[in-house]
Amino acid sequence: MTSKPLALYLHIPFCASKCPYCDFYSGRYPAETRERYVEALKEELETGFRSRAFLPPDVYSRPLSSVYFGGGTPSLLGAELLTDLLNAARRRFPVLPDAEITVEVNPSLEAPESFFAALAKSGVNRVSLGLQSAVDAERKKLGRRAGRADAERCVKAAYAAGIENVSLDVMLGIPGQTPASLNETLSFAVDLGVPHLSCYLLKIEPGTPFFKLRDKLDLPDDDASADFYLQTCVFLEARGYRHYEVSNFCRDGLIGRHNMTYWADGEYLGLGPGAHSFLNGTRFFQPPDLESFLAGAPAEYEGAGGDEAERLMLRLRTDLGAPVSAFPEKGNEIAAMERNGLVTVRDGQLCFTDKGFLVSNAVLAELL
Amino acid sequence: MKQKKTHIRNFCIIEHIDHGKSTLADRLLELTDSVSQRDMQQQVLDNMDIEKERGITIKARAVTLNYKAADGEEYELNLIDTPGHVDFNYEVSRSLAACDGAVLIVDATQGVEAQTLGNTYLALDHDLELVPVINKIDLPAADPDRVCADVEEIIGLDCSEAPRISAKTGENVPAVLESIVKNIPAPEGDDDAPLKALVFDSVYDNYKGVIVYVRVMDGTLKAGETMKMMATGAKYTVVEVGRMRALNLEPCDELHAGEVGYITASIKSVVDARVGDTVTKVENEAAAPLPGYKKVNPMVFCGVYPADGADYEALREALEKLQLNDASLAFEPETSGALGFGFRCGFLGLLHLEIIQERLEREYDLDLITTIPSVVYKIHLSDGTMVEISNPTNYPDPATIQYSEEPVTDAHIYSPPEYVGVIMDLCQERRGSFKNMDYISKDRVDIHYILPLNEIIYDFFDALKSRTRGYGSFDYELKGYERSNLVKLDVLLNGDLIDALSFIIHADKAYPRARRIAEKLKENIPRQMFEIPVQIAIGGKVIARETIKAMRKDVLAKCYGGDITRKKKLLEKQKEGKKRMRRFGTVEVPQEAFMAVLKLDDDK
Repeated sequence: MTSKPLALYLHIPFCASKCPYCDFYSGRYPAETRERYVEALKEELETGFRSRAFLPPDVYSRPLSSVYFGGGTPSLLGAELLTDLLNAARRRFPVLPDAEITVEVNPSLEAPESFFAALAKSGVNRVSLGLQSAVDAERKKLGRRAGRADAERCVKAAYAAGIENVSLDVMLGIPGQTPASLNETLSFAVDLGVPHLSCYLLKIEPGTPFFKLRDKLDLPDDDASADFYLQTCVFLEARGYRHYEVSNFCRDGLIGRHNMTYWADGEYLGLGPGAHSFLNGTRFFQPPDLESFLAGAPAEYEGAGGDEAERLMLRLRTDLGAPVSAFPEKGNEIAAMERNGLVTVRDGQLCFTDKGFLVSNAVLAELL
Repeated sequence: MKQKKTHIRNFCIIEHIDHGKSTLADRLLELTDSVSQRDMQQQVLDNMDIEKERGITIKARAVTLNYKAADGEEYELNLIDTPGHVDFNYEVSRSLAACDGAVLIVDATQGVEAQTLGNTYLALDHDLELVPVINKIDLPAADPDRVCADVEEIIGLDCSEAPRISAKTGENVPAVLESIVKNIPAPEGDDDAPLKALVFDSVYDNYKGVIVYVRVMDGTLKAGETMKMMATGAKYTVVEVGRMRALNLEPCDELHAGEVGYITASIKSVVDARVGDTVTKVENEAAAPLPGYKKVNPMVFCGVYPADGADYEALREALEKLQLNDASLAFEPETSGALGFGFRCGFLGLLHLEIIQERLEREYDLDLITTIPSVVYKIHLSDGTMVEISNPTNYPDPATIQYSEEPVTDAHIYSPPEYVGVIMDLCQERRGSFKNMDYISKDRVDIHYILPLNEIIYDFFDALKSRTRGYGSFDYELKGYERSNLVKLDVLLNGDLIDALSFIIHADKAYPRARRIAEKLKENIPRQMFEIPVQIAIGGKVIARETIKAMRKDVLAKCYGGDITRKKKLLEKQKEGKKRMRRFGTVEVPQEAFMAVLKLDDDK
């Protein structure tokens, strides 16, 4: 009997500077703190001290199907510390031979060639690069320091190091964005030949600088944002990309398997401040606070997970869809949604259309 | 302790809204040691939250003050508070009838205004002795000399000795008490005559039952005697009589002619002790009741529905409780295809409606949807019969209608002359017919219009205030019914008739109103998954339409890092939000949309 695979997420809460739209937990800390953090995270991998209340006894015999270094800016740690962490994970867990090992990278690297070479050597086989826009004026508005040329150099360096599975983040609805500038960004990405793109609509989150400035930002309205999204879908689908999740596109079957775990009812262990986990039907998370994490604060219970409604909600984010039989009392509503081009029903599977993804919250609130 | 009649003063304070009545009342209570500083809440007399916030007095209250005057004598001063809004004119008149004099407050910065005059005339109708007081002299804009001249010229009241005070700072307030003692006559009345006591208010109390507030005109009453309400004929054994103090009731042995006090007699509902009724005794019954009693009828009606259908019973209980204390609130169950089960409620006016609505929401924690207020129309049918309609749902088939009548009011608008033009425009828009205009002073005119009641119940006062920069004020009373050309407007969302949004309107107003309603609904109904046509129709004929475009974007684009709980919470919140909307077919309509249709002229 083989035990069920597990996805491992390691949160790296450091950034060289904070982007004004981002509400993920991260901050600026000196190198010494970063090193201390890596030690603490290794210790957590080793002992499971902070999450022990939630860890099933067999957890360390579960093979890892993916490891994901997210942030923050994991690349800020440098290849050596990342390798260190990855090795710590390998010491504690069996890792499947085809495991997807991803590092999120900010393109403002000084020496991408040696960085990616070192990552590849330690087993990293996927890179997610924060491009956001290929138009430097737009990148500047988003507080991104690297330019288009830096991003291009990174992608090529990753390829050169043998990491072919590169994903680019593209942002939709940037202040001042136009259909033409979005076209430029998408062309840039496709021309680089990346097999994966995450294209997400900018959301103004409370607590961010953009939230305070929102009335002065010249943000595209909902209609314009929706048009950017549909433009992206059309552009990428025409070039052979599969729109496999609300904001994700891939070629050659190279879906982001780690993220797919979240959406397809898989189990995952997240370590680091702000990281979330789902194991044995329980959701828990590490409080988003670096100091308390270093001090050994325990993970906290978030609630039960994995019920039917949650599974449907998550699966409907993807092109897996959900069986229409799961909504026996919603026949009229689903028919109306289908008529209006928001969903399709094929072979008993209900899936969102591109237009439907855009209003998926409203649809889900109706269906669930 | 029985006070000699010569040492009793029964008075009220009248004013135009916000001229300082409540603040002065507070000062009088303090000066007579009726409340200790510690117990002194702001404006003890207005003890409902809403009154405090709006600075208006809704229901009359009374309080007995003991005052040692400059002449060394001890006086019993009965301050009877009066409601300060046109919706409550009848209650005001009964409170005034309980008094022998009135303190007339005039704001030293504002001068004589509509209700100053309206209330003065009411007070004079009741033969009250008026004691003018000029308030707010502490304000920089105060001009007491001009205001005194105003009062003398417009009202014809000598102001040479009128106390000039600041109720806020307390400056010169004792002069008001002296003026009351000196200028307001002592009550008359005969202890040996048959009892006649005027009910000027009644309040329900959980322990005592109804507390009846009375002014004894003739006769006496004590516990154990059998009293009779002359209008209803109901008889009760008196449990207790006494005086109203600022913070409590103080029982006494007997109430005498000239006194103001309360009676408890295990009365179950204020409906059984209506304002204006006369209390007498079964033994030695009065030959005739005091004049002026009338049963007040609601003038404005609307549907009140719980936003959540499950709250229907809670709403009924809340209405029943409010009615215990408000004989003029009427309600009966009604059903709407759109809103489900609710109540058709009748109110004295729009303010009364708003007060009840707010109390239901605040004190009873209910989420409500109210429909467009309506007046009572008289519809004469071809078969010679007449129906009274206050609910658009019951509007007869237009083919069967011979003619219709609507209630009209005598309205007086008071304003500086420079606003006459805009006021006349406003009244014209509201289908008013001009009667006459008087210069009551060189900078004050009284514009007299006949205005249909349905034109003033929604927002006339707000419109008047904004167009006259706050200087205009108005007063109205119901005049009767006049012939009118009415139609019923229906609202259709996505082709479905929303009965709760139907209303009756004058035909000349139908087109512009229909367009505004369509626009307002478009603004206030959030975009939904599908496009929604909004149509306004008379009969089957659509006279205005708008389209609510389909929603384009409502998505959580980022769902990484495994934070599913957050996503779940968002979904829950969204579902919660849907619950607060009313669903009509496939269309969800938020409460705000109903409200917006009520307040069409807000953004003009």
